[in-house]
Amino acid sequence: MREAYHIPSTLEEAARLLARYGGAARVVGGGTDFFVDEGHQDVSALVDVTRLEGLSDVSYHPPFVVIGCGATHSRIVASPLIQQRGTALAEACGQIGGPQVRNVATLAGNIAHALPAADGTLALLALGGEVMVAWAEGDALRTEWRALAQMFLGPGRSAIDSTRHIIAAMRFLPTGEREASAFARVMRPQGVALPIMGLAVRVRLGEDLATVESATVTAGPAGPVPFCARQCAQVLQGRPLNERVIAEAGEALLAEAQLRDSPHRATRAYRAQVLPVLLRRALHAAYRRAQAAQHQYA
Amino acid sequence: MAQLELTINGERRSAEVHPGAFLADVLRETFGLTGTKIGCNEAECGICTVLVNGMPVNSCIYPALKAHGAHVETVEGLARNGVLHPLQQAFIDHGAVQCGFCTPGLIMTAKALLDANPNPSEDDIKHALKDTYCRCTGYVSVIHAIQDAAARLRGEPPVPPSLPQTKTPLRVVGQPLPRPDAVAKVTGAARYTDDYVFPNMLHAATLRAGIPHARIRRIDVSKARALPGVHAVLTHEDVPGSKNHGLVYNDWPVLCYDKVRYVGDAVAIVAAETREIAEQALRLIEVEYEPLPVVDDPVAALQPGAPKVHEQGNLLKHIHVEKGDLEAGFAEADVIVEGEYQTATTEHAFLEPECAIGRVTDDGRVEVYVGSQIPYADRRQVAAALGVPEDRVRIIGTLIGGGFGGKEDIAGQIHVALLARATGQPVKMLYRRSESLIFHPKRHAVRFKVKVGAKRNGRFTAMRIELWGDTGAYASLGDKVMTRAATHASGPYEVPNVRIDCYAVYTNNVPAGAFRGFGVTQSAFAIESAIDELAQRLRLDPIHIRRLNALRVGSVTNTGAVIRESAGLLECIARVEESLKQEGTPWVFRKADVPNKVYAWGFATAYKNTGLGGGAPDRSEVEVEAFTDGSVEVRTSAAEIGQGLVGVLASIAAEELGVPYERARVLLSDTDLTPDGGPTTASRQTYVTGNAARLASIQLRQRLAAVAAEMLDAPVESLRFADGWVRHHGRAVAFGEVVAQAHREGIRTRLSHLYEAPKTQPLGTGGDMHFAFSYAAQAALVEVDLETGEARCLKIISATDVGRAINPLALQGQIEGGIVMCLGNALTEEFIQEKGVPFTNRFARYKMPSIRHTPQIISHIVEDAAAEGPYGAKGVGEISSIPTTPAITNAIYAATGVRVRKLPVDQDWLLRQLRAQREG
Ligand code: FES
Ligand code: FES
Repeated sequence: MREAYHIPSTLEEAARLLARYGGAARVVGGGTDFFVDEGHQDVSALVDVTRLEGLSDVSYHPPFVVIGCGATHSRIVASPLIQQRGTALAEACGQIGGPQVRNVATLAGNIAHALPAADGTLALLALGGEVMVAWAEGDALRTEWRALAQMFLGPGRSAIDSTRHIIAAMRFLPTGEREASAFARVMRPQGVALPIMGLAVRVRLGEDLATVESATVTAGPAGPVPFCARQCAQVLQGRPLNERVIAEAGEALLAEAQLRDSPHRATRAYRAQVLPVLLRRALHAAYRRAQAAQHQYA
Repeated sequence: MAQLELTINGERRSAEVHPGAFLADVLRETFGLTGTKIGCNEAECGICTVLVNGMPVNSCIYPALKAHGAHVETVEGLARNGVLHPLQQAFIDHGAVQCGFCTPGLIMTAKALLDANPNPSEDDIKHALKDTYCRCTGYVSVIHAIQDAAARLRGEPPVPPSLPQTKTPLRVVGQPLPRPDAVAKVTGAARYTDDYVFPNMLHAATLRAGIPHARIRRIDVSKARALPGVHAVLTHEDVPGSKNHGLVYNDWPVLCYDKVRYVGDAVAIVAAETREIAEQALRLIEVEYEPLPVVDDPVAALQPGAPKVHEQGNLLKHIHVEKGDLEAGFAEADVIVEGEYQTATTEHAFLEPECAIGRVTDDGRVEVYVGSQIPYADRRQVAAALGVPEDRVRIIGTLIGGGFGGKEDIAGQIHVALLARATGQPVKMLYRRSESLIFHPKRHAVRFKVKVGAKRNGRFTAMRIELWGDTGAYASLGDKVMTRAATHASGPYEVPNVRIDCYAVYTNNVPAGAFRGFGVTQSAFAIESAIDELAQRLRLDPIHIRRLNALRVGSVTNTGAVIRESAGLLECIARVEESLKQEGTPWVFRKADVPNKVYAWGFATAYKNTGLGGGAPDRSEVEVEAFTDGSVEVRTSAAEIGQGLVGVLASIAAEELGVPYERARVLLSDTDLTPDGGPTTASRQTYVTGNAARLASIQLRQRLAAVAAEMLDAPVESLRFADGWVRHHGRAVAFGEVVAQAHREGIRTRLSHLYEAPKTQPLGTGGDMHFAFSYAAQAALVEVDLETGEARCLKIISATDVGRAINPLALQGQIEGGIVMCLGNALTEEFIQEKGVPFTNRFARYKMPSIRHTPQIISHIVEDAAAEGPYGAKGVGEISSIPTTPAITNAIYAATGVRVRKLPVDQDWLLRQLRAQREG
């Protein structure tokens, strides 16, 4: 039985509430995963962080795009800033659930869930995302920005203790001139309603608009935590983005990704076949967009 | 408790709520707004959608306190001053309402869409409704309704529904009329079982075995009984009458006594003041089990030494069909193909979970409110378990939020009756989705061995088919389903030499029973795949080979019955072929802009019996009464599971008695007030109960005609009953007046008719095993992504021989819904069990088609009349949901060269096959 459902209106208040419960309360976002899971019976109070002042939307704090912990997937998808300069994230968030879920579920919740194949998380990771963690120490509110990649300990295990810490915001550097991102995934209509493979890329082209100046590739599930494919990105760096290079990058990706059989979702063999396909599709999309982003932000 | 203040449909409301409460429960229970339905409680089905500050949300997991200060819109708020919202009206006009349980959710989701986008494309609609499910309609009518509503809201004229060409209608029969219950269903006024509340009502919960096979050593309920708020805890010791129930075989324990045979077996039941307390009490019940070895496969279950599910062994029934000389037939063949096929266990996924309410009346009778497919069978089984005569039990049928065969067996009916008697208070038992999934009988998973021989020209010479059906822990309707699977296993073809052996086998899986298609959905996949393979081996056109062998008047079926009439299969094939020509695409093709995809067509046919058949007496009784206000009422115990029976019966009575359709009411399924219409199964209601209604109405008309003849001073034969009047040349008297006059003369204007369908013969005796068959042909266009293995069905061309379309609007809905359900059977649906333990224990683990799977559907109606059927009609409920699966899998073969032998099509497997093929 739950004793209280708090909806604080400031981050300070939320952090203090958590501190006051000393571990018996837990942060909740949209709750679309939380309320479906049968566990958590021991939690006596919930602290809803979707209505914190200044933290329920997407905003631009140069040089960062900042996403508040209350920002729902719908908000993110509808944000022109994210559509244009964090496209992978808009694409990923747009593929989650239907409008009823997107109107409620938050990206912060998605990250706290720490699933290795979470769409939004993969996209933010490819964009080089960071997370602001907040907590109360005595009466003081403490906050700290950490790399998104450090947020995960294992499948479904977050580095954040939701009874003490709040993911208050996320941020990333928006893509600029000659730069773009893209997201691709495969679902399977039977078995579990989870994507069986997702992948995001961020690519910056050189002045010639053909050579890759830098790239980030993330994929999941390709290990216990959302996976950043460094070897694959390495292959792309400084090379023209043609089919041969993409194929080579695909091989590098397969070599470093830890793919496995997961019952009722996908076989390892299947994942190994589609991962390079997703890479090619995402790279093509990002490449086209990067070329188009030539003068846009000049 | 916490204070909640909010605005609901423009009205300020407030209440004390529990901090953990969700909006859906508060709307339904605290504010009595039961228009918002709950299908899953896990943010999967979307039918609980309401708008919070204009935004659609799943109210089942939306914390009520989060809506504090918000504007909430529910379905009850849409109609203004009795005028329906354009969405509500369009849903009715397009036939987008069937069982109606999803309707409030669909309408609210659509409202949010139209508020934001007044002119949505089909893609926009599919995007917005992607997670709001409907199991009945197949979504085509839903899309049309939303587009129409958008047009109306833009001030444009309404767009009429697009309906297939049918025979010229009579006055009422043959007209596309809206369902009589549609208005209640679009406004949220319609009441399903969980919407009923009685004073002092208790809430019940069931302790399920949780293990697939074990001997019960000890049950201790003392701690549960001691929990405050608990009123009763019952076990098998508290069942005074028959310890078992069952539709055909009495093998299913009311509460388990010696063993548990599947995970969902009921061991104890609790009634308490709240559902939470009842569930808490379940956790206090101690049961000691001695686990037994589990058998989970029908073939393994027949091996010597296999664990025995029941004492008498695991074979429920062996069904044998034999015609001609099999060996000679194969000797004659130029080509023989052989193959093994396997279908999956599938789930009905009706959106309304099972619910029942039990109540003891002042005179000590027991009443059970339940949405059941067979009320009189419920009455028999409840009375037997209570050990009382049947007339001490009354089953009151409520609206049913989808059935599809899954609400034929006993669910909570007996349990609530027992608990109501034990406590003296009304008791409600509502299953959670997770419980519904592991409890109720499924579609049989069937394994097939098929061998087909043919001459070079494509003529079939012999078929040998073996089937093993997994009927799970209890018989349910297993032997009937597998009999149907067996007798339909050689397809709608004339085959001179046939031998079929079919085994319905007990295992420790969830029981399998009736599910739309009733075994034939499974056999059609096997035989239509084999025929496709044969056509390809012979290099024959897949349509041609079917036409060549199709059943027609004069054909003899594999059970030895002669088809004498109403065999529209050839016409179905011709209609689909014609449409395919108009499509103008090759059988297999590619598109330049999507090099990774292949497109191809596939073809299949099917037939399905109407009625119980096999020698079972098939009767239905209907009572018709005429009133002085000019209205009539039709009464029978037959289930409206969304299929449109109320409309069919109203049409028939209105037609025969000459009253307006709106003046014909239908009262269903109250065993005190309505006679027995028989089970709602085997696509039999239109034919059998339809005939009973027709004949009862005709007799009543004759009785009234005698009265009217006096009044008008005219000969009886020259009277015309139409539009609420009885006419003779220029003179007329109102129908109600005639009724009033009859009453004055002491003539009763209520009568009933017991109709008995033509006799059938048991299997193995030759002769007519069934009195009618419906036929269908379908072509499917699929798209396969060669890089990911993803397969989609883009279009279905269908032709269905239903004898006569009594209501084309309702018929269209049955056909589209059946097609999309069968598409799910091919591409998405699998109820997964591992060693008897369901992995599919949540909706998130069972994927039925969403609006995004809906293909374009071109539907033709063939009306090859059945002489004895009402107006020529025969069964419509199942036939469309049979050929879609093989049409799709045959198309996948055409596209890729990979033959699907196991359902559902798994993209993971398909991609690996494609690779193996490439690597040679
Ligand atoms: S999503 Fe709420 S009841 Fe299914
Ligand atoms: S009408 Fe949609 S579920 Fe029945």
